[in-house]
Amino acid sequence: MPDSSADPLPARLARGLPAWLRWLLGRIGSALLVIWVVATAVFFALRASGDPLEAILGGPGSQAGPEAVAQARAEYGLDHPLVVQYLAQLWRVATFQLGDSYARRQPVAELIGAQLPGTLLLAVLALLLAWALAVAGSTIAATAGAGSGWRGRAGRAAVGVLRGLELVATVMPQFWLGAVLILVFASSLQILPATSSGAGPAGLVLPVVTLAIPIAGFLAQVSRDALLEADASPFAVTARSRGASEPRVLLHHTLRHASLPALSLSGWAFGHLLSGAVVVEALFARPGLGRLLLDAAMSRDVPLVIGAVVVVALLYVVVVTVVDAVELVVDPRLRTPRAPHAMRTPELAVGS
Amino acid sequence: MAADAARILRRLGPGGVVAALGLAAILLAVVAPGVLAPGDPLAIAPTEAFSPPSWAHPFGTDESGRDLFTRVVHGAAASAGIGLAATGIGIGAGLVLGFAGALGPRWLDAAIARVVEVLFALPTLVMALLLVAVIGPGTQASVIAIGAATAPGYARILRARVRGVVRSDYVAYARHEGVGPVAVFARHIAPNTLWPLVATATLGVGQAIVWVSALSFLGLGALPPSPEWGAMLNAGRVYIGTAWWMTVLPGLAIVATATVLTVLGRRASGAGSAGS
Repeated sequence: MPDSSADPLPARLARGLPAWLRWLLGRIGSALLVIWVVATAVFFALRASGDPLEAILGGPGSQAGPEAVAQARAEYGLDHPLVVQYLAQLWRVATFQLGDSYARRQPVAELIGAQLPGTLLLAVLALLLAWALAVAGSTIAATAGAGSGWRGRAGRAAVGVLRGLELVATVMPQFWLGAVLILVFASSLQILPATSSGAGPAGLVLPVVTLAIPIAGFLAQVSRDALLEADASPFAVTARSRGASEPRVLLHHTLRHASLPALSLSGWAFGHLLSGAVVVEALFARPGLGRLLLDAAMSRDVPLVIGAVVVVALLYVVVVTVVDAVELVVDPRLRTPRAPHAMRTPELAVGS
Repeated sequence: MAADAARILRRLGPGGVVAALGLAAILLAVVAPGVLAPGDPLAIAPTEAFSPPSWAHPFGTDESGRDLFTRVVHGAAASAGIGLAATGIGIGAGLVLGFAGALGPRWLDAAIARVVEVLFALPTLVMALLLVAVIGPGTQASVIAIGAATAPGYARILRARVRGVVRSDYVAYARHEGVGPVAVFARHIAPNTLWPLVATATLGVGQAIVWVSALSFLGLGALPPSPEWGAMLNAGRVYIGTAWWMTVLPGLAIVATATVLTVLGRRASGAGSAGS
């Protein structure tokens, strides 16, 4: 087995490698590219727009004297030419020496490391809940409208309602949804806490639900269409003609097929969840990566912003890689080379 | 004329008709807010602070006694303008990248595709926060931030679309006939890629309004005295336990606007039958 830690090789050498290794190298390459682009863009944009010294010395309107300014300038290497500062920054990011936060005077890696598990827990729980809601909703939608007579009519009415709910869920801003949930379950009914800290299960309920509902709407739309398509496909007809019951057709044949488009959306959904985490953590006063990034952006804390953004981008690469691997397990057709790949973003969605 | 109208109505369906009426109401609020709410959105009346919704104040009043219905109606122009501006920036940048990638040399296409892919790895709000950190908070900054954060998404969609058109038979035929590249672009490529963009843009404005409101809600966009919907929500957040209408009703305006634009955008693109 070739050494998997080898550098990315030129294409003509890469042709001799097994497919999985080329795939892995491609992934590593795209992760490195992500780090480089992000670190470069952030570095130059922040330098071009203002003096980072201001942030080091306590934000806008700081009253630091000239000695303190000179000392901070030397301490943070800001007296070197821009190119040297840039290369130093790049080297540090590439070797994961993310430096110290300007505002908090603590190592960036430590700050991010402390906040990451809470946000990941939130995102993973929300993704699982969104999947559960989407599968339940699309199964109901695909099976309820099938009957005839009054049951069929009631079923089709239910499908209409479900479609409307899906649509509203997809456009629902998390900051509003969360506020309404706080209002109903914390202020009025007083059964769940409005704030959330740590991993206490009661405090997690509202943030997870808030994050999950918009994603569930997107996933449900996609998987419902796929389920209807699978339901009419030859393999479902064959299974029925062999005498398979409807639940068996659903569980063994169509649901698996219908999960594919939603599965390939999961990478995009994870990004959407991290966007949502910024809002939800602020709303529920929950410590996490989103809050950390928000605070860092407000105080122009360069190393912390770079660190947080690089970590978020890397998480995305990791999630997309995992999703790819799971797809290979679920869908044997993708194992043959040049199989067409399913979409990675919901149709016409321009952001996450 | 009547047959045309009937055909449009049938194509919209009942949901589409409701959405179109909703859009008309929003446009009226944008163009002539005085017709729907004659009051002054900034007029304070401390004695009437925190009144719950009533006939006199359909959406209640805020902590200074300002009428929230008047503020929501007058805020439509700010929120819609912000959404349009952000979408314009996003589509403008997306157009440049998409056309340059699809029509330029292969190395340029490869470079743009890679960078767009990388930028797309950053969630919208994370990228917007990055840009707000650079430009500093404020309405303008949040418009630029959301516009730039959505640009990679538009660039992806446009690149795919332009490539589809470039490879089509009618473009090949026109080239074969000896039509120059500029004329091919102006007569065939541009119209066939830009027209479907109307549907994308309609959806995009709805999404952009939500994103910009999110920034205002986080305290990075428009600041509270201005009647922008996200800023109103941010102001009401403190009083959520005592004055629910300050958060729920302005937020409803955002949800309604985004829903209306999404329904119409999907009808226009025929992308999905979802929604009713």
